[in-house]
Amino acid sequence: MTALIIVLCIILISIVLVQIGKVTELTAQIKGEREVMSDSSKWNGWISIGFLIVFLVAVFVSSWHYKNEMMGYGPHAAASEHGGILDGMFNVTLIFTGIVFVLAHIALFWYAYKYRWRENRKAEFISHDNRLEMIWTAVPAVVMTYLVVQGLNAWNTVMADISPNDNDYIEIEAIGQQFNWIIRYPGPDSKLGTRDYKLTSANNQVGQDFTDRKNWDDVIASQELYLPVGQKVRVRIIAKDVLHNFYLPHFRVKMDAVPGMPTYFVFTPIKTTAEYRKELSKYPEYNEPSDPADPTGPKRWESFEYELACAELCGKGHYSMKRILRIVSQEEFDNWYKNEKSYYVSQIRGKDDDPNKGKVLDIDPTEPVAPVAQDTTATPPTK
Amino acid sequence: MAHAVNAADTLEEKLTQEQGLDDHFHEHSHGDKYQSNFLTTYIFSTDHKIIGRQFLITGIFWALMGAAMSIVFRLQLGFPEADMAWLRPILGKWIQVNEAGIGKLDPEFYYSLVTIHGTVLVFFVLTAGLSGTFSNILIPLQVGARDMASPLLNSFSYWFFFLASVVMFLSLFLSTGPFSGGWTAYPPLSALPQASDGSAAGMTMWIVAMALFVVSALLGGINYVTTVLNMRTKGMNLWRMPLTIWAFFVTAILGVLSFPVLLSGVLLLMFDRSMGTSFYLSEIVVGGQVLDRVGGSPVLFQHLFWFLGHPEVYIIILPSMGIVSEVLSVHARKPIFGYRAMVLSILAIAFLSFIVWAHHMFMSGVNPFISNFFVVFTLIIAVPSAVKVFNWITTIYGSNFRFNAASMFAVGFVSMFISGGLTGIFLGNSAIDIQLHDTYFVVAHFHIVMGIAAFFGMFAGIYHWFPKMFGRFMNETLGKVHFWGTLIGAYAIFWPMHYTGMAGVPRRYYDGGASFEAFKHFTELNQFITVAAIVVFFLQVVFVINFFYSIFSGRKVTVKNPWGANTLEWTTPIHAGHGNWPGNIPAVHRWAYDYGKGGVEYIPQFIPLKEGEHDHGH
Repeated sequence: MTALIIVLCIILISIVLVQIGKVTELTAQIKGEREVMSDSSKWNGWISIGFLIVFLVAVFVSSWHYKNEMMGYGPHAAASEHGGILDGMFNVTLIFTGIVFVLAHIALFWYAYKYRWRENRKAEFISHDNRLEMIWTAVPAVVMTYLVVQGLNAWNTVMADISPNDNDYIEIEAIGQQFNWIIRYPGPDSKLGTRDYKLTSANNQVGQDFTDRKNWDDVIASQELYLPVGQKVRVRIIAKDVLHNFYLPHFRVKMDAVPGMPTYFVFTPIKTTAEYRKELSKYPEYNEPSDPADPTGPKRWESFEYELACAELCGKGHYSMKRILRIVSQEEFDNWYKNEKSYYVSQIRGKDDDPNKGKVLDIDPTEPVAPVAQDTTATPPTK
Repeated sequence: MAHAVNAADTLEEKLTQEQGLDDHFHEHSHGDKYQSNFLTTYIFSTDHKIIGRQFLITGIFWALMGAAMSIVFRLQLGFPEADMAWLRPILGKWIQVNEAGIGKLDPEFYYSLVTIHGTVLVFFVLTAGLSGTFSNILIPLQVGARDMASPLLNSFSYWFFFLASVVMFLSLFLSTGPFSGGWTAYPPLSALPQASDGSAAGMTMWIVAMALFVVSALLGGINYVTTVLNMRTKGMNLWRMPLTIWAFFVTAILGVLSFPVLLSGVLLLMFDRSMGTSFYLSEIVVGGQVLDRVGGSPVLFQHLFWFLGHPEVYIIILPSMGIVSEVLSVHARKPIFGYRAMVLSILAIAFLSFIVWAHHMFMSGVNPFISNFFVVFTLIIAVPSAVKVFNWITTIYGSNFRFNAASMFAVGFVSMFISGGLTGIFLGNSAIDIQLHDTYFVVAHFHIVMGIAAFFGMFAGIYHWFPKMFGRFMNETLGKVHFWGTLIGAYAIFWPMHYTGMAGVPRRYYDGGASFEAFKHFTELNQFITVAAIVVFFLQVVFVINFFYSIFSGRKVTVKNPWGANTLEWTTPIHAGHGNWPGNIPAVHRWAYDYGKGGVEYIPQFIPLKEGEHDHGH
């Protein structure tokens, strides 16, 4: 029945449109071609000006309204050391392009209005003007050069890997799979153990090679992820099945996870979750209830968390690959880290698929907390 | 006006008789033997004018399909709580009805819709429907040729496209659903049927359709290049060609050079899918199963794909640029400003389009050092693009600008190209792209600059050349409603996406990011966008009604050159037969843009130069 009504409506609207068409054709014939053109140019010239004004006003009003959603502004300031550079680049580009956007649109619609068709006007014959054309080739070229130099400076700084002499960082591993992230911490020895994808099984989901002692203390984060504030982090990023993308929006971190090809991103968080929440609490929209259905529940700033997302289409659950990341003080981090259990010790040691079964290891299998590293050269994760 | 045109007609006949190109063409007053019945005239025709219209109508079909798909996934994004059970008669099992009787769009099918929407709009509508239509109709008419260099290959070009369309259309009805891994078809998702239902038979059919499409694009492209190079009439040297022809010519070269790379890319993907090779696969564990495939790289596919994919966006936008240049100039009654600069910027953009492909891959794990080069070349494109924009605006300056549906869509094109082009400066700069990559900012950028802008160029072309195609005019009032509605509506859809993109909302999220604290607070904005999308969709229905109604009952064209244009297509009879000109082909003596020169409103290309008169094309 609804389908029938819809079909009837469509037919009816079509008939109306066709009739409008016919009527306007007839009036046009009565008026004559020149008067029609004159009227059309007058009316649409005015609509052009109207559109120009409404459009530019809408652009400015909506930008003002959504200013708190913009990169680098207010509550959306980056929470990482390098993020500020990128936000600054964004703002500089916004200023340049904003000027061009407004001026070009004013010129376009104003000229169309001003030079609209009139019966006895004659168009000027201007075929080209080399000087003018040189100017508008040169000016964009100069602006682009500026943006390129700034941009590449920022890019090469941000994307640089850890330099070989730098030991002051934590390396963690993010493994993307359909449809969640597995995050591996190196444990007290600060070294991630070797992996071989062929060892992957139901009990060994990232294919750790447990004959490698570096793996014995590696931790797979069970719930929320934790990182200490002010500490440089190198994330080694890889995928198990299809492409994923390690995306931390608040930290301006984004990098594809590719099966068979580890990638990396280095960043330093500069605001703890608590600090970020505190900043958000200054904005009225973050004082709204987080869940509109529960007005007495926590406010948006109270329930705020840093989030890890996937930014590369990976299948039907792509939108759900969320993990919560907490940035905390070094002390809190150490506490959390101490209580996370080594995956080997808690899940593998002594079981059937333990390659070290029956061997005596220099770790204590009865104590399911992070083992003490025997390797004295290893740097502890805390500085 | 009518009087002047008739005088011009007589002059034209005289000049063509005396100076035109006599290729001993015999008019087949009873229709030539290859075009003697309905089937050979309208279906299996070798006449470029018919083939062009076939491309156009197939393109309109796909545009409606693609737009309808976007409405369905926009409903999901704008009104995720709404009951979609009413779509069950069309979408069947892809709408899951729960116990409460509420129908929900299946996530897998959501991704299929997004994927097929992208694929058909990029390839079937804005490549075949745009370039196929206008290159076919205008190249022979504007360079002064009887037909394409090879009319038969040209007809094959359409029929391969038709086959590609049929295969793609049939893939919509597979029980595992059409391909759902995004129009870029990145492996391993597209290579592993275990990873996604859409990567099963749907992907196979997608590859077959794309392979057929590449054949179509190559047959067409080779023909366009050959026709432009070899079949121009007497006096039509390269610097006298209208900008439309320059644009179609360069577009065809881009296609011929880049489509084979896509084909090789998808063929390797086919091998990976069905013959156990590992071009794109390495160290994969999918669904608990450890695959024995090592050594390949998914990034290789991205290189091959974007080596076509980037020129492809220029394959889409260049024809529109050419059309807009021509339409603006004709209706401004004024030469296009800086003709040479316009040609050189087309060439510059085309050249640069081959060395910027990896700007789609800044975040894909390629060595960050390599990105430096791609940033530089990408941002250089802003310079020729800026030249084009300023030249279009200056063309309107000092003109006598006729507002009609064609010229207004040309103005709309320039507006869209400015808005969308400027956001490209953000994305092309790899540092800013770290945050904006794969967010709604990108969606806003490319929809405005190559989706809407290319469509506006296409609409400008349809309204402008409709009299040549069908011997009738489209209705102007409906055309203007279509224009203003679409201009405002398209901005209403895509402008707000910049804001969600700046906030970091990733694209291709079935629930729009509702489970993320950072992304979930755009409910109202998403509803607004969806409503705008529905309104714009119905405005396109107005266009389609106007189009088909006007074919049969539009106002009839009574003079050969209704717009007072200079180019050669307006010297053919109103209903030109196969061969275009009944007698000699007119010879060309000047560039195409002598509007308002020496106080004369327009001087067509076949009028000889006066003594001492300067030809501005040179």
